[in-house]
Amino acid sequence: VTLSPTMASSQLLLFVIVGKNEPLYEAEFHKMGGTSSGTSDSVTRQNYFVLHSALDLVDKASWTTNNMYLKVVDKINHQQVSTFLTAGNIKFMLLHGGKTEDSIKNFFNEVYELYVKLSMNPFYKYDTPITSKFFDTRVRAVARRYLS
Amino acid sequence: MSRSTPNILDRPLGGRGARSEGSVSTSAFAYLYSELVQYHQSRVASISELERRLESSGYGVGLKVLELLAYRAREYKRETRLMNILQFVSSAVWKSLFGKAADSLERSIDHADEFMIVDYEPITSMYVSVPSDLGQLSVDAYLSGIIAGVLDGAGFTARVTAHSVTLEEHEVSANNAPNANSSGSGSVNNNLPPRKDKAVFLVKFAPEILERDATLDR
Repeated sequence: VTLSPTMASSQLLLFVIVGKNEPLYEAEFHKMGGTSSGTSDSVTRQNYFVLHSALDLVDKASWTTNNMYLKVVDKINHQQVSTFLTAGNIKFMLLHGGKTEDSIKNFFNEVYELYVKLSMNPFYKYDTPITSKFFDTRVRAVARRYLS
Repeated sequence: MSRSTPNILDRPLGGRGARSEGSVSTSAFAYLYSELVQYHQSRVASISELERRLESSGYGVGLKVLELLAYRAREYKRETRLMNILQFVSSAVWKSLFGKAADSLERSIDHADEFMIVDYEPITSMYVSVPSDLGQLSVDAYLSGIIAGVLDGAGFTARVTAHSVTLEEHEVSANNAPNANSSGSGSVNNNLPPRKDKAVFLVKFAPEILERDATLDR
């Protein structure tokens, strides 16, 4: 399988929240429009594969620093994977085509605040998939503000 | 005209410069906690089962407290070292939950993987007396659940158990002498007979955690 860069890759952003065993939340952000009709299935699968394979590097990096923001942990072709780790070791991973550090850091910080608030819900169990529609709407709004 | 509650994602989380971070009266907590213990007591068949249930009740609290306190500290840092996470538990977590830091954090001499957090007046057992037929039950198991939740969430898996240890001579007089009751929530309630024991939370880490921490020393 060759990972060839497509035109969509630099405008496609894939954001995944990963717990200890499984993804808890996924969202794709596109520069134009908000639909995912422009992305073919194989590109999406590639993107998930790239993020997944970066998990090992995240694990390695997580014990070398006590910063929550890990910056870029992996680079493949024209895409980069940036990561943010919460105090409970929940990983926020963003696949992007080279956004500025600042905008990514701001994006992560805002999502972090939303995540902590969500965790305060006594009915939300730690390390389980996030199903709240509110959360999804807010994350997409944050992405529009900082990542487009 | 009714006002709908704002969505949880819109409410403030507190932190530096926030108004009071909210506190609950000891009596409210003691009442609720006694109901919790009674609820579980009527549904279990053994002491250890009761302790396990109390621990799992506290576990979720630990996970949430970890995320909340780290966020409120506003430093965007997490703990990666064993001693640091233990310090975090015995000072930051204790202060936030009980108004004062834990009374001591000790390392076991016999076992390299065991640590002890000591509290002379844990609120969970302040208004509880354990009948003799329940033997070694410690209702502070709720607190060991909280500790375990914090440690587990941060990546330091540990088995935490609560033990009531009889106070020694010098400890009894030191704690029951009339101190300046300046910190409201931490002071002794003078209507109760003085405690004869302290709570010791034994924290036993999984071996891989100690190995990992040792490699980080290099």
